[in-house]
Amino acid sequence: MSGKIGVLALQGDVREHVSVLAELGAYPVEVRRPEDLAGIDGIVVPGGESTTMALLLESAGLRQPLADQLRGGMAAFGTCAGMILLARQVLDGRRDQTCFGVIDISVRRNAFGRQVDSFETDLDVPELGAEPVHGVFIRAPLVERAGPEVEVLAEVDGRPVACRQGPVLVTSFHPELSGDLRLHDLFLKGVG
Amino acid sequence: MAGSDSPIPTGRRTGTDLVKRGLAEMLRGGVIMDVVTAEQAKVAEDAGAVAVMALERVPADIRRDGGVARMSDPALVEAIKAAVTIPVMAKARIGHFAEAQVLEALGVDYIDESEVLTPADEAYHIDKWRFTVPFVCGATNLGEALRRISEGAAMIRSKGEAGTGDVKEAVRHLRSIIGDIRRVTQADSAELYGWAKTLQAPVGLVQELAASGSLPVPLFCAGGIATPADAALVMQLGAEACFVGSGIFKSADPPRVARAIVEATTHFRDPAIVAKVSRGLGPAMRGEESSSVATRLADRGW
Repeated sequence: MSGKIGVLALQGDVREHVSVLAELGAYPVEVRRPEDLAGIDGIVVPGGESTTMALLLESAGLRQPLADQLRGGMAAFGTCAGMILLARQVLDGRRDQTCFGVIDISVRRNAFGRQVDSFETDLDVPELGAEPVHGVFIRAPLVERAGPEVEVLAEVDGRPVACRQGPVLVTSFHPELSGDLRLHDLFLKGVG
Repeated sequence: MAGSDSPIPTGRRTGTDLVKRGLAEMLRGGVIMDVVTAEQAKVAEDAGAVAVMALERVPADIRRDGGVARMSDPALVEAIKAAVTIPVMAKARIGHFAEAQVLEALGVDYIDESEVLTPADEAYHIDKWRFTVPFVCGATNLGEALRRISEGAAMIRSKGEAGTGDVKEAVRHLRSIIGDIRRVTQADSAELYGWAKTLQAPVGLVQELAASGSLPVPLFCAGGIATPADAALVMQLGAEACFVGSGIFKSADPPRVARAIVEATTHFRDPAIVAKVSRGLGPAMRGEESSSVATRLADRGW
């Protein structure tokens, strides 16, 4: 699989996503300005602080053009903060939280607690085979509601932590930190 | 205490290296702002801060007031935690592991073992491996950075000279750290033992650095950043994020200065944007030339 994949590079763990995508043979480009969106086949929204990214999306003039591309069916992969920005609804978020709304889930920010509660664990992801996926959860959000169109790919405590709706994939955790390429590979397979 | 007594389901591991360093990775490209009240914390969050540092006094005031500077009142830390959804950091004195234990019990997201406070131990830093909460420590050179990492720091910030609004010490420290990283990367395997002696740092970490070409934890910049252009400068020099202390709430228009520094940190390679956000910000903090200060905070740390 190859393709020009944008990585939203306003803030967060951009480098890790860029390096995983390159390793998988895609052509990652960092997106900071509207012109960086030209010709991309998919977008990765990285981990970081969702409040900061939401504000910078607006001031950089990126929110509207990216929203238009996403609504047009562009593939997207959001990890942690990226999941929050792609979600339909953010529970108890700040007023400016809801951003792209391209996957029908309601998420709660920092749902697992504070940093001392951040954790690593192995996750069963049947879609990716028998080998568990190592999940790194850092002040992670949780999916409290997943709509009927949403496929739940993995759960923790019976709550979804990896979801897919069409070409949009989201995880509460950070596959880009653990060295497991399979979720990025799954995302790239959904890139048209 | 490394997750052993946490009431969590089996199979979950807290306080690991990856989890501690991971939060620092998430803060990359962002601005961490010093705040002394819950209201300031909200201003910082609204301006796009990726985290706040909860303090009783910003470094410029610590300098002005003198006396012993200690950990903040837990009530203040709790009020700031309640006010914002972004991570909250707090400072403990160098070597004061009991202050760090209190901050961990309060649930802060990162502890800064900081030279801005009056050191509690003249020989030893905190053994940071003993904690679940991650630590950031200051460094003026590569040896100091590696010693802090060997003690368990999950993030390094160049120290600069806090509270001066003079960026020159931050530049000196960043250049020293990053320049030596480049030089170590060029060394052959025999020379690395010499580097370990010169740097007074564990040879294992020096070898790891030589192989990877970068510190094993993120390198942020602190101490003297007062304008958007200062942020763009240190980011271009190789810092991965900025701590801004007195520079925001000692300026004429804190919400605008905060926002401008956030944007300059993201778009640090784009001078047109740095120019745009710098326009009409009003007076920056007055500051103090770093070579004229009575107490050099950067000299604290061993």
